[in-house]
Amino acid sequence: MTDNVPAVSVGNVGQLAVDLIISTLNMCKIGYFYTDCLVPMVGNNPYATAEENSAELSTNAEVYSLPSKKLVALQLRSIFIKYKSKPFCEKLLSWVKSSNCAKVIVLSSSHSYHRNDLQLRSTPFRYLLTPSLQKNVESKIKSLNWEEMEKSPCIPEISDSEFCVRVPGGGITKTLYDEGCSKEIPLAVLLKFVSEGDNIPDALGLVEHLNEWLQIIKPRCDDPTASALPWKIPSSWRLLFGSGLPPALF
Amino acid sequence: MAATFFGEVVKAPCRAGTEEEEEDEEERRETPEDREVRRQLARKREVRLFRRQTKTSLEVALLEKYPCSKFIIAIGNNAVAFLSSFVMNSGVWEEVGCAKLWNEWCRTTDTTHLSPAEAFCVFYHLKSNPSVFLCQCTCYVAEDQQYQWLEKVFGSCPRKNMQVTILTCRHVTDYKTSESTSSLHSPFLKALKTQNFKEPPCCSLLEQPNIAHDLPAAVLSYCQVWGIPAVLYLCYTDVMKLDLVTVEAFKPILSSRSWKGLVKKYTRGNMSADGPACACRISPRAQRY
Repeated sequence: MTDNVPAVSVGNVGQLAVDLIISTLNMCKIGYFYTDCLVPMVGNNPYATAEENSAELSTNAEVYSLPSKKLVALQLRSIFIKYKSKPFCEKLLSWVKSSNCAKVIVLSSSHSYHRNDLQLRSTPFRYLLTPSLQKNVESKIKSLNWEEMEKSPCIPEISDSEFCVRVPGGGITKTLYDEGCSKEIPLAVLLKFVSEGDNIPDALGLVEHLNEWLQIIKPRCDDPTASALPWKIPSSWRLLFGSGLPPALF
Repeated sequence: MAATFFGEVVKAPCRAGTEEEEEDEEERRETPEDREVRRQLARKREVRLFRRQTKTSLEVALLEKYPCSKFIIAIGNNAVAFLSSFVMNSGVWEEVGCAKLWNEWCRTTDTTHLSPAEAFCVFYHLKSNPSVFLCQCTCYVAEDQQYQWLEKVFGSCPRKNMQVTILTCRHVTDYKTSESTSSLHSPFLKALKTQNFKEPPCCSLLEQPNIAHDLPAAVLSYCQVWGIPAVLYLCYTDVMKLDLVTVEAFKPILSSRSWKGLVKKYTRGNMSADGPACACRISPRAQRY
């Protein structure tokens, strides 16, 4: 079973990507991740397609599943309460370990302005694998020609600083990766370098990238001119930049 | 970082919240004295329930101490005024507890006589039917205190056979619609309900992409997760201070099946001086125009 988890990160790209997966695959809600670590919020069904299914209440952390593809997704819809991000990571990884997932994939993003010259000239996607997952999927990842996230100076201000994995703007991504390494959890991180703005294209890019590996959606083979896979935009993505404008403005 | 149209590079707010690296750095630099200050601040921010009459703390959660069939929670000045005028005026209510909390926005006081200007969070039950509870909350419960508030009030063994109603207000500019918010006729009521709430709500449901936040969202989330029938009535208004027109916007709730018996039937003929004042006075809002 594969578990997809977003990190609350720059541009909310991980969360938008998980929204696309849940919406496109019409995944069923199977539970809540009830925690005091996330800021509370509620709303009606963000994936509603009709009047009949629009009245289901959604909370800030919910678990969805698609048994036919052995896929589980955890969607996080709000930010962490101060000092609660580490406890959340511990609870999440403890749950993941007890549920015996074959692998966990963290969808995330990182500040594009932190890229070095080499990164500016290459693909904006990066991956990370914990040692326990590396042996199982490394050959598949290599066949996709993906770029591993480069190490950078732990303390940029010091010239002879040690190098380590850093994910600026990645929220809990680094913590999940580090804890995944130390707790021997088969965890992968898939991220994109992004800037804040309209991040829908970034989310689409990230799920397409993920799809290269997991093959969640098969391309429409009957239409070779189709430029993109049929990702379904959730109804909750309406009005992402606010309400309509007052006509008197013009 | 982001570039403006004028070529400046500015630090833009990040949707990841506090940068994980900043929090890590803060924790690494923390001295034992800093940790002690943080612990003391956390203790100061603890939510405590107590009885004002006896000045004693409640040892168990409020709804674990008393059986509850109905729980109405008013959060904010206008929701509190609505319950005071229409529900508390219709019966005899006895105070059973009070929440004491402190945060940057408000501090509740434990004096017995509260002035309307002071923030409070008081719990009552109906003398004629003590399983009916009411909470009047005008203080802001911060995000790190909301979960504690739930634990102190609902406890760890949630009862599924009670029904919860939450009333609160939001500013109309928070309401997302394809029209401009200036064209909306506020105040108006919207509802969010849990899966097990089977009664039809008194107004239309809150449409996506709108969401609820803060303590009302914390209570509704708790009820949804634990299968408790609950409904949140959100009044969108352009006047967040105490406003009679906003208070009256909650009136459709009075016709709820579950509120039968809680509210005296008011008509223009039998309204007394103690009755809902808002029903017969011209609202200050109209006088402004």
